[in-house]
Amino acid sequence: MSDKVLFSYTGIFDKVDDIIHAAEKVADAGYTKYDVNTPYPVHGMDGAMKLKPSKLGYAALVFGLSGLLAALLTMYWMVVADYPIVIGGKPFFAFPAFVPIIFEVTVLAASIGTVMTMLFLFFKFPNNKHPLHDTDYMKHVSSDKYGISIQADDPAFNENEVKSFLESIGAQEITPIYFEENEYGYSAKIFEPKFIGFLIITAFLVSGATYFSLNKLMFMTPFNWMMEQGKAVPQEYNEIFANARSMQQPVKGTISRGNLPYEFKGKPEEAERVLLNPLQLNEKNLTMGKANFNIYCSPCHGYFGEGDSRMRGQFPNPPSLHSEKARNWSDGRIYHIISDGQNIMPSYSSQLTRQERWATVLYIRALQRSLNAKESDLK
Amino acid sequence: MSGLDYTQEISVVEGQPSLREIEDLISKPLDSKPDKKYYIALAITMTMLGIGVIALGLSFYYGTGLWGNNNPVGWGFPIVNFVFWVGIGHAGTLISAILFLFRQKWRNGIARFAEGMTIFAVMTAGIFPLIHVGRPWLAGYLIPYPNQHSLWVNFTSPLLWDVFAVSTYLTVSFIFWYVGLIPDFATLRDRTTNKLKKIIYSTFSLGWRHSNRHWQHYEMVYLILAGFATPLVLSVHTIVSFDFAVSILPGWHTTIFPPYFVAGAVFSGFAMVQNVLIFIRKIFNYEHIITVDTLEKMNKIILLTGSMVGYAYAMEFFIAWYSGVQPEQFTFINRAFGPYTWAYWIMVSCNVIFPQLFWFKKIRTTIPVMFVIGVLVNVGMWFERFVITVTSLSRDYLPSSWAYYAPTLTDAGILIGSFGLFFTLLLLFTKTLPVVSIAEVKAVVKGSQPSHGDH
Repeated sequence: MSDKVLFSYTGIFDKVDDIIHAAEKVADAGYTKYDVNTPYPVHGMDGAMKLKPSKLGYAALVFGLSGLLAALLTMYWMVVADYPIVIGGKPFFAFPAFVPIIFEVTVLAASIGTVMTMLFLFFKFPNNKHPLHDTDYMKHVSSDKYGISIQADDPAFNENEVKSFLESIGAQEITPIYFEENEYGYSAKIFEPKFIGFLIITAFLVSGATYFSLNKLMFMTPFNWMMEQGKAVPQEYNEIFANARSMQQPVKGTISRGNLPYEFKGKPEEAERVLLNPLQLNEKNLTMGKANFNIYCSPCHGYFGEGDSRMRGQFPNPPSLHSEKARNWSDGRIYHIISDGQNIMPSYSSQLTRQERWATVLYIRALQRSLNAKESDLK
Repeated sequence: MSGLDYTQEISVVEGQPSLREIEDLISKPLDSKPDKKYYIALAITMTMLGIGVIALGLSFYYGTGLWGNNNPVGWGFPIVNFVFWVGIGHAGTLISAILFLFRQKWRNGIARFAEGMTIFAVMTAGIFPLIHVGRPWLAGYLIPYPNQHSLWVNFTSPLLWDVFAVSTYLTVSFIFWYVGLIPDFATLRDRTTNKLKKIIYSTFSLGWRHSNRHWQHYEMVYLILAGFATPLVLSVHTIVSFDFAVSILPGWHTTIFPPYFVAGAVFSGFAMVQNVLIFIRKIFNYEHIITVDTLEKMNKIILLTGSMVGYAYAMEFFIAWYSGVQPEQFTFINRAFGPYTWAYWIMVSCNVIFPQLFWFKKIRTTIPVMFVIGVLVNVGMWFERFVITVTSLSRDYLPSSWAYYAPTLTDAGILIGSFGLFFTLLLLFTKTLPVVSIAEVKAVVKGSQPSHGDH
């Protein structure tokens, strides 16, 4: 018996009413290091054992609030501070849209945290080396009996007294529980060769799997990042066509939609003679012309065609559109200049449709008229 | 009137079995070798699972073009199945958390099983959004981690809320389930004679000693978890409904969606739990633990939630008319009388009409009838998700892009596979873990709690 150390004295009860009374008596007798083991939670046992209410609620509060704050602050930092992107015109800090995730993270943190606190901090689990394990006592209380265990490290513990006390409260099968040799003073060693070996093998497996999946697996079909697709790419050799090109030239004479070639290219006199403005002089066309003039012409010619724009000095100034020469040009000639360019003015045929160009001509005519009104205009 | 005494609570467990009898009964499937029937059942579910695996393998290899999804119906079967399976999961949490908070003792017999179903259903559901993206191996981008693009995920998108909601739901359900299992593992550890089983049970019991100093905290943690799981379960299907409701599509953009989805989820989940429990109680002789009375109470909840769903259908129509929004009105008339009229009326008859039979006590307590109604409810609820997802997409604002959606064989294979996965996991569960909580049932047997009632 010398190598065995007494852990506790245990007694078994058959009825649930008995265990409640017994627990009350043990608590009243002044024992503090005792335990009542029952196969299920018995109502009223907290009161009988005089236990203080569980403080796990505080753990839940702390973990829940931490989760809440962590979610809120992390999201704030990510989308307001680190990389703000406007999404759907919402403000960066779109609080209502953050609520669902804040809620989920709060619940997650509180649930995990509270359970971990209970199991690892309060209960000091896992603990399969406790002296009560693998005893007949444990087999009973695990199934259909109720038991009390008074521990030897209780200040009021006295072997004989406890034995007779347990008898007096009606306990059966009163047995001492001893530490077994391997249980007493047992602590797991971290630097056991087995454990180190386990760590090394795990490290190899994890790094190998990571390397394989990121550098090899992701480049195999079908994981290959869509790099290989069954389609022809420009500049690629292609055996379908005779000229072996993926990208074929358009059929000769093809013109793209809305881009009819300008037929008087480099022939301003002819354009002046032949072209007539197809648009009517009305408010709609003038408005269109004004809009286009202000967008494309005004940067150089100025809003009123006087060649005094905001670009003045940075480029050779364009001549005024109110000169004698310009006023005497036909509509076709002005249209020609817009379409084909003149001196350093480029062609605007890619920016303006034909209709828009004619409308712009109408507006230029209106501008010219505004500075050089005829007598008849005054009437 | 009747001689019933409502002040006296009826015992949840029939008869007065001793604690030892309960334990033996519940752990019998774990102690005995599976019989031939079990293997036949497993062969069937594994075949279904195999069909799903093949269908998925083909989808990954050849691409998602094998599915019926196409413009304008980009959300076909995968999303329908996702919402369906997440919904199935909701009954488990409702039983384990909400009924726990309401102190409904009859839940104790079915809570463990329902929680297990929750976990398996959410696992099954989780597959669908992942496969729907087409390249599930890139799903890591859903997690906000510091990556080489320096970009973060879009926290204002309901699809991302879904990621958080479903993963939180799975984790918390799993924790809830495991916490409930700890005392049972300890009981199994102390009764087994098999050395290997002993090691396994000891590991998972973490060294539980049935100590009342522990039970006190344990009950507190159970209460806290139930308190968290209750709003969580409501939030999960709410967020799933946001996937639809936050969009601007007629028929989706409605504020009734969150409560309507949650009610529907509980409705279908209870039907599924009821269906499976009918088999479980018969096969494992749990008739005294999972009583007809318990099934009747579940049927009452099916009736209640079914009526809520029916009310939601009516209210959708009413609001479509009352709002005066033309596309909204068109969508609902199109649902009921358009090209998907068959799906709509399957949904209405299965969800609204048949469950109303549960007003009769005779039907509530007749097992074959309630089984059939349970199956119909799940058919109806699957079609509800189909109707919502497909009808709105197939005919949206732009008539020139209207099209009729039809699933392909691959779609059907994946759906069969999802049922295969769910039932395979359930079958394995019944033989590896106690499907009824030993400790919780012991606690509600007559005579198991002190009679002086000083609590």
